[in-house]
Amino acid sequence: MSEYGVALFYTTSSVMAAEKLLLKEGFTIKLVPTPRQFSSDCGISLRFPWETNQDVEAVLQREHIEYESIRQL
Amino acid sequence: MIYLDNAATSWPKPPEVVEAMTQVLKYAGGNPGRSGHTLSIEGARLMYNTRETIARFFNSDNPQRVIFTANVTHAINIVLRGMLKPGDRVVTTSMEHNAVMRPLRYLEKSGVEVDVVSCSTTGELDIPAMAEALATGARLVIINHASNVTGTILPVGEIAPIVHQADALLMIDAAQTAGVLPIDMDKMGIDLLAFTGHKGLLGPPGIGGLVIGNRVDARQIEPLILGGTGSQSEKEIQPEYLPDKFESGTPNIVGIAGLQAGINWVMERGIDAIRDHETELTKNLLNGLMEICGIKLYGTCNPELSTAIVSITVDGRLVSEVGLALDEEFGILSRVGLHCAPSAHRTIGSFPDGTVRLAPGMFTSVDEIHRVIKAVKEVAQS
Repeated sequence: MSEYGVALFYTTSSVMAAEKLLLKEGFTIKLVPTPRQFSSDCGISLRFPWETNQDVEAVLQREHIEYESIRQL
Repeated sequence: MIYLDNAATSWPKPPEVVEAMTQVLKYAGGNPGRSGHTLSIEGARLMYNTRETIARFFNSDNPQRVIFTANVTHAINIVLRGMLKPGDRVVTTSMEHNAVMRPLRYLEKSGVEVDVVSCSTTGELDIPAMAEALATGARLVIINHASNVTGTILPVGEIAPIVHQADALLMIDAAQTAGVLPIDMDKMGIDLLAFTGHKGLLGPPGIGGLVIGNRVDARQIEPLILGGTGSQSEKEIQPEYLPDKFESGTPNIVGIAGLQAGINWVMERGIDAIRDHETELTKNLLNGLMEICGIKLYGTCNPELSTAIVSITVDGRLVSEVGLALDEEFGILSRVGLHCAPSAHRTIGSFPDGTVRLAPGMFTSVDEIHRVIKAVKEVAQS
């Protein structure tokens, strides 16, 4: 397991909404092509340091952004 | 040259629109949501930001329910052909453009019941007549926000409660009003808003949109076009998620950039300032034309009740002759004929000859309007 996690989404539009919100709240994130080991609905995923996974998830839920799952790389 | 065909497409465009489109072609030409590399992501960001801009501009709270289309006709077709099934009833008005009437007449052949509420000869909608048409219920009501023939504004906000009381959805064709009249989907009770980017929003042709309000169950609308979305690539079934469900194929990212710049331009000037300018132009134009002998004016002849459109005919002259004379002799560009709206022309009594449509815009000056009045006078008296 690496020190990173990824959030997987259903649509590119949701990834963009998530990126905007998380950047605004000061998270360290990067958009990456969805790692092939995960089956995802969307070709772009949002990578973040795994230690922040609970905070990332909390923001997505609070802002009602639809996401598929959060996985550790 | 005096450009008076802004109801067909606005011209010129703000330099910011041209610049935004050039930037995309030069520096950020990736295919949004497809590849995941830097330029692809940059394109996806631009798309999402534009969805947010559009949602804010029309006061709809969910950017994911903003669907990009090629134009307003495309947006209207998505809903009419994707939602209405044999046995459904749809109510519209006699002032509609063929973007509405042709899909409806097509659907009528397969068993959709189409009820057309007659408007007055000035293009105004009688609200009790609409209420009566809705007494037996309907699935959808689709009306224009303002006519492309006379500019007559329909009372969307007053109709919405009647529509919702009948348990129907309200769809608005905002081709003539987006960018020139305030549109607040929430306050006006609009469930589905179809708009184009190349008229009042001052963007390029080839981009428009559909905003789906929260009262609409998007699962009830079948997509018109199916294909790749950059999502659910492992499946050969069209995704249900918005906006992907209705956006198959590579999007017009250059058009989207231009549309965003156009909307920003409109928001910076303020819709009220734009409306005031256009009302002033229309008022001057109407006042001047009213004094010319042999000119017939259509519509309400009240600039407060219409967008910046003045439709006229000249006694004893074909509209095509008048249009050609204005263009060749005075460099005034108008649009003559039926304006893709035979039903509207029947309603105002100008079918099949049509009218000469004079449609000033944000970049037209009062001085130009006075030159137009003088030119029309000369043509009418020649």
